Amino acid sequence: MSILVLAEQHDGQLAETTAHVVAAAKAIGGDIDVLVAGEHVGAIAEAAARLDGVSRVRVADSAVYAHQLAEPLGELLVALADDYSHVLAAATTTGKNVMPRLAALKDVAQLSEIIAVESADTFKRPIYAGNAIATVQSPDALKVMTVRATAFDAVAETGAASVEAVETVVDNALSRFVGEELASSDRPELGAAKVVISGGRGMGSGDNFTLLEGIADKLGAAIGASRAAVDAGFVPNDMQVGQTGKIVAPELYIAVGISGAIQHLAGMKDSKVIVAINKDEEAPIFQVADYGLVGDLFEILPELESKL
Amino acid sequence: MKVLVAVKRVIDYNVKIRVKPDNSDVDLTNVKMAMNPFCEIAVEEAVRLKEKGVATEVVAVTVGPKAAQEQLRTALALGADRAIHVQTDERVESLGAAKALAKVVEAEQPELTILGKQAIDSDNNQTGQMLAALTGRPQGTFASAVVVEDGKLKVTREIDGGLQTVELALPAIVTTDLRLNEPRYAKLPDIMKAKKKPLDTKTPEELGVEVASRLTLVKVEPPAERQGGVKVGSVDELVDKLKNEAKVIS
Ligand SMILES: Cc1cc2nc3c(=O)[nH]c(=O)nc-3n(C[C@H](O)[C@H](O)[C@H](O)COP(=O)(O)OP(=O)(O)OC[C@H]3O[C@@H](n4cnc5c(N)ncnc54)[C@H](O)[C@@H]3O)c2cc1C
Ligand SMILES: Nc1ncnc2c1ncn2[C@@H]1O[C@H](COP(=O)(O)O)[C@@H](O)[C@H]1O
Repeated sequence: MSILVLAEQHDGQLAETTAHVVAAAKAIGGDIDVLVAGEHVGAIAEAAARLDGVSRVRVADSAVYAHQLAEPLGELLVALADDYSHVLAAATTTGKNVMPRLAALKDVAQLSEIIAVESADTFKRPIYAGNAIATVQSPDALKVMTVRATAFDAVAETGAASVEAVETVVDNALSRFVGEELASSDRPELGAAKVVISGGRGMGSGDNFTLLEGIADKLGAAIGASRAAVDAGFVPNDMQVGQTGKIVAPELYIAVGISGAIQHLAGMKDSKVIVAINKDEEAPIFQVADYGLVGDLFEILPELESKL
Repeated sequence: MKVLVAVKRVIDYNVKIRVKPDNSDVDLTNVKMAMNPFCEIAVEEAVRLKEKGVATEVVAVTVGPKAAQEQLRTALALGADRAIHVQTDERVESLGAAKALAKVVEAEQPELTILGKQAIDSDNNQTGQMLAALTGRPQGTFASAVVVEDGKLKVTREIDGGLQTVELALPAIVTTDLRLNEPRYAKLPDIMKAKKKPLDTKTPEELGVEVASRLTLVKVEPPAERQGGVKVGSVDELVDKLKNEAKVIS
């Protein structure tokens, strides 16, 4: 078997998630190649070559892949896929955008967001907002899937894979990158942070999220949010944790002013320790919290910050 | 321009699902079903484009069992002009749905096709991207804003890092994210009127596609239950527990 992993990029660097996807590839077993596609991605390719278990890094360096647009990236994957039994990507917005295109053009199903490898053709994945876990077997010769990074421990960086250029020319007349507004933050990435503190509708306003920042500073935490907090415009969309936002599984998750709807729980209930702060003692979030504190967040948060 | 909207019948998002005792699947008997929430956003966007005079006709389509006509009627009540039902009792997954939708796109030639980003039952998040690939049309997935401008489509996308804007050649495929709009509710007179709007039924055979999923569902299990913990009485107690019991802070 041979497996191709699509590398994920973040701020011009290799994203953490790639090391988790390589771990899923190792669980399947076989030769592992990593594809790095983008513009000026030499450093990313070198970082990918250090991932344990990778035998070869294939680099497609071209302006056409600069913003990971789905149309050219999909075509590149289609051109390479014949060499592989499995093609994997992280279940990020980039992976979700491009992998179904590869699957459709190869006339195979795609498995979304796998959380366990049972064998080379059988995998587990959550369905219904994680309220059921399906074991699914694929008869297709090519398996295309996305991987939930939090479900696999990252591989070490002790490898030394070869790096080769891929000469596949793809052009793109269909879509054009116009611009982006990326959140900039000195805090750890939500998906990779050891501690996450999230605010919900109970925060009342975007300004009140500063109450979470002091605590996040002390704990080295990332800040997340519920859908209601994003919809209300308190914070940007990239902070949404949940079924249709980001999946996190930190050592410590602190939910503040969040009721605990199943769609929110889907994104955080695999956290090791959950703390809930809510003024409603009946809030469903307390059913999954290891430590619940009933009370007004506007009193609790300043006190918590001072006592950490 | 003509807009096609794909809607899927799924379990109502408020319902807590049960797994069947024999672990063969989730139990959907006597469970409230509804239009997938992301499809409601898709219908709303299409109807708004019509209200703005950008769209001339809105066509709703679904692939699924007879009962899925309820969701097509809902789409018609919300403002779609007519509906197409690709009727099948097979277990349809994203690839099968995308193949059937591709045939409908071929026949109807919409300039814009809008789908939800994700069905809340399978949580697949694939169909729109597959449809785009199969029809050779560009895709604007996870859209939070869609603007038709100079014969092109500008789509703002919710991506992990923030927002990205792309420009697509028309005809194109869009999938909706939560912030695209806030869907309206159907009013009673519109629900009555919807009963008389045209609804055309086709079979996958007529379209010349196989829609049944080739994946084997080996088993379906409930997730590991989380044990609820304790309530603490004060901030001091919380900090103490996190330090000395859970040992997650120092
Ligand atoms: C298709 C779909 C997808 C969805 N995807 C997601 C998703 O990915 N992520 C997500 O989070 N949600 C998602 N949702 C929304 C979800 O169903 C809930 O509506 C949402 O999670 C509620 O957010 P909340 O808990 O912040 O708000 P609410 O449910 O309004 O809860 C606010 C809480 O704050 C508490 N509170 C208020 N004031 C205070 C105070 N002063 N001190 C202490 N506590 C206070 C209240 O007691 C209450 O429990 C989705 C919904 C749908 C339909
Ligand atoms: N059987 C179906 N019939 C019509 N549309 C569908 C069907 N399955 C998926 N879709 C569309 O594709 C979107 C995403 O579904 P999925 O990719 O399967 O998660 C849905 O919100 C619908 O717009």
